Amino acid sequence: MTKAKRKRLIYNLVTYALVIAAYIILQNMIGAKTISRSLKGLLVPICAWIIMAVSLNLVIGFSGELSLGHAGFMSIGAYTGAIISGWLLAAFDMQDPTLRLVLAIAGGGIVAGIFGVLIGIPVLRLRGDYLAIVTLAFGEIIRNLVNVLYVGTADGQLHFAFLNKKLPADVTMLVDGAKGAVKIKPISTFTVGFVLVMITLIVVLNLVNSRAGRAIQATRDNRIAAESMGVSVTKYKMMAFVTAAVLAGMAGALYGLNSSTVVPTQFTFNQSINVLVFVVLGGLGNVLGSVISATFLTVLPEVLREFADYRMLVYAVVLILVMIFTNNPLIRSVFGRAVAPVKGLFRGKKNSVSGGEA
Amino acid sequence: MIFLDHLINGLSLGSIYAIIALGYTMVYGIAKMLNFAHGDVIMIGAYIAFCGLQYWGIPPVLAILLAMVFCTLLGVTIEGFAYRPLRQATSLAVLITAIGMSYLLQNIALMIWGANPKSFPTTFINGSNIRIGQLNISSATLITIVANIVIMVTLTLFTSKAKLGKAMRCVSEDRGAAELMGINVNRTISLTFAIGSALAAVAGVLLCSSYPILQPTTGSMPGIKAFTAAVFGGIGSIPGAMLGGILLGVIEIFGKAYISTELGDAIVFAVLIIVLLVKPAGLLGKPMREKV
Amino acid sequence: MADIKKHRSDTKMVPMPTYSIVPERDVNEIPVLETRHLGIEFGGLKAVDDFNLTIGKTEIAGLIGPNGAGKTTVFNLLTKVYEPTSGAVLVNGKDLHGMSIVQASRLGIARTFQNIRLFDKMTVEENVRIGLHNQIRYDMFTGILRLPRYWKQEKYQHERAMELLDIFGMQDLADEQSGSLPYGAQRRLEIVRALATDPKLLLLDEPAAGMNPHETEELMENIAKIRDRFQIAILLIEHDMSLVMGVCEGICVLNFGKIIAKGTADEIQANPAVIEAYLGKRKEAEA
Repeated sequence: MTKAKRKRLIYNLVTYALVIAAYIILQNMIGAKTISRSLKGLLVPICAWIIMAVSLNLVIGFSGELSLGHAGFMSIGAYTGAIISGWLLAAFDMQDPTLRLVLAIAGGGIVAGIFGVLIGIPVLRLRGDYLAIVTLAFGEIIRNLVNVLYVGTADGQLHFAFLNKKLPADVTMLVDGAKGAVKIKPISTFTVGFVLVMITLIVVLNLVNSRAGRAIQATRDNRIAAESMGVSVTKYKMMAFVTAAVLAGMAGALYGLNSSTVVPTQFTFNQSINVLVFVVLGGLGNVLGSVISATFLTVLPEVLREFADYRMLVYAVVLILVMIFTNNPLIRSVFGRAVAPVKGLFRGKKNSVSGGEA
Repeated sequence: MIFLDHLINGLSLGSIYAIIALGYTMVYGIAKMLNFAHGDVIMIGAYIAFCGLQYWGIPPVLAILLAMVFCTLLGVTIEGFAYRPLRQATSLAVLITAIGMSYLLQNIALMIWGANPKSFPTTFINGSNIRIGQLNISSATLITIVANIVIMVTLTLFTSKAKLGKAMRCVSEDRGAAELMGINVNRTISLTFAIGSALAAVAGVLLCSSYPILQPTTGSMPGIKAFTAAVFGGIGSIPGAMLGGILLGVIEIFGKAYISTELGDAIVFAVLIIVLLVKPAGLLGKPMREKV
Repeated sequence: MADIKKHRSDTKMVPMPTYSIVPERDVNEIPVLETRHLGIEFGGLKAVDDFNLTIGKTEIAGLIGPNGAGKTTVFNLLTKVYEPTSGAVLVNGKDLHGMSIVQASRLGIARTFQNIRLFDKMTVEENVRIGLHNQIRYDMFTGILRLPRYWKQEKYQHERAMELLDIFGMQDLADEQSGSLPYGAQRRLEIVRALATDPKLLLLDEPAAGMNPHETEELMENIAKIRDRFQIAILLIEHDMSLVMGVCEGICVLNFGKIIAKGTADEIQANPAVIEAYLGKRKEAEA
């Protein structure tokens, strides 16, 4: 086994171990009733935001494209999940909440994936800033569209209406325009959330270390060179984009079925930026970093009221400073020199920070 | 008649978009970056003018000038502190920084002026309405359209005749070559931000004169739409910004009037997507080629 | 060095169509590359015009010319980065018309870049593995689920990558981040990566740029070695005349987008048009 492979294996194992350990500890705390109510209420959202951050990192960190509409896919998943769950209950009287939840999550992922393909086809023909702004546009379009969507169920059938509420009189409303998805039975559980996080990690970490994943990273590092090596750039950008959309859809279903209503304003551009902050703070291409920062930044505003007030201000500063510190050659080299002795201490080796400069 | 009313409204909104789009298109053409925070500079400009008119009771012209000066300084500061260190960085890093800057401005405004919407005083601009037959044009609309035309003509003359304007065009064509010719690239980019931000202040006042609700998020949606307008017209092109802005304003007003009020934004964004797919260089833009 | 000199003197160039030459040993084979009246215009300016070149199956050919003559543009035309505005490119007798960069690569053209284009954030081995992308096959789900096929193919890929890195003795660098390699090693890695695609024709864009004379000589030996071992054709752009004259069998001189001379090294060195356009000036500068 080579050095790089060993390092990667350790990284992956640490990531999995950390998530599993957190789950076991929290489950024990729930069992022993030592967990605070507010923290308990956060467990499912934390899982959802971890999945959002890791999947967005696949697009930004590994395929190198800035997607600003990730919350759009989450909302598609949340709505689809709410509709499926409500429909299964009303039409088939399916009482088993876990089965309903699993089907809703699968449905949310599939529908978000379909939208991922439909949006990806035009979007991935573009590059750089244009691509980013078009994903933003699609995110806003999705929000606009669900705002005028009406869905009800009657006699085991789903009824859809658009722009106006022309539904049969006896329907049970599932989605009511700007009021959002209504009367949801909250069925999300921490265990299902944990399993979904594990699935997300396995998918992303294994994908990244495979033929397809390397191709995705090659398209990020140098588009023309990747094409010259026979790597179809569109195909692999699409693969990353759609995989992320499916995962975001599943996270959305999990998140939506954790409360009694889902409204379109929950999934604005701001929410996409929230997830972007998780990814940037955790480090582009750093999956473990995304997990930690998503957890930390979801818990922090709840624990620290003062932080909650200044949350967005702090996020803004974080985005700017992280970018300047990681991308300015001068600052990076000064910073690198300052950190090198510390790094060397941990590695027990001579530092290699300045070794590679040409 | 209703059709003409909509058209006038569209032209007025489109003129505002056009002035904002100018800021985007100049910065994009010269610094090769999408200044996401531009929309929020508009909002800051409107707040400064608002303070001048409402709290300090200074004359409207002075209030607008004050807003312009403040925004100019703000634009140059933002460029110097946040964007200049990233001159060599990837567009991904620059865009993320610009998004951060946008949020920073919004939250600073939130801390200073609070979340409650302020009602922008519009009496100074809404003197008398002009009637042409049955058509009723407010003076705000008229001033907006006239201001747009004046700005367009001045800027076009500036970039084609003045020395600094020519320097700007040089930097946008080839930054490296411009530097070799002795043009100070950093100063030229600063100048671009200064002009764009001063225009943003004007756009802010005009925007709030037509839509007098002022809050920290006032600038973000018009900002994004104006970027759409800049892309529509062809990024980097001044006449393109004007054309794109006006077309987009008209499309938005007609879309809201004849298709659906709720889908107004969706229609504007659909225009952006279609333009980028069909004619990525925009209506008046030049196609760009990647050097290999 | 002496080996290579001998190699070249053994080669006899034979006219194929009236306008082209290939080594005698390749006469009975389909030429790996044939361009016919190839040209491209950028906004009215003819960057390359009426470019005719034939390269034999195992030929080492050179493309030289002053700066801005259009050499890299020719490479971009051959690899479909640019679509030609006139003429045709044939690789192993197949017309590249309408093909994408990826399709051209699959037909067996691989290249290096003048301004190095490595996958900076990936390791040296991963860079080579991208070159091997189309030689191993397993789908996304096999990769995610880590099915037996994944392990088998990954093992093969690793071994093959190491074998290729061995050409330049770069095995020890396999785990380094490619962006942090020294300049010369980056150029060598680009060649290895291109070779990994199993090309029929290897295009090298200034492979010796930034190398010291010792490294250049080593590179020259390696270019001949690569041809002998893989039995492929190599076309290289280079400003270092010792390398071009030392290793290239056929040389093509480009000036202002047009071919001004074609022939063996000795013929080119004696050609008055070339001396005037290019070598003459250079000799003066060296003297």
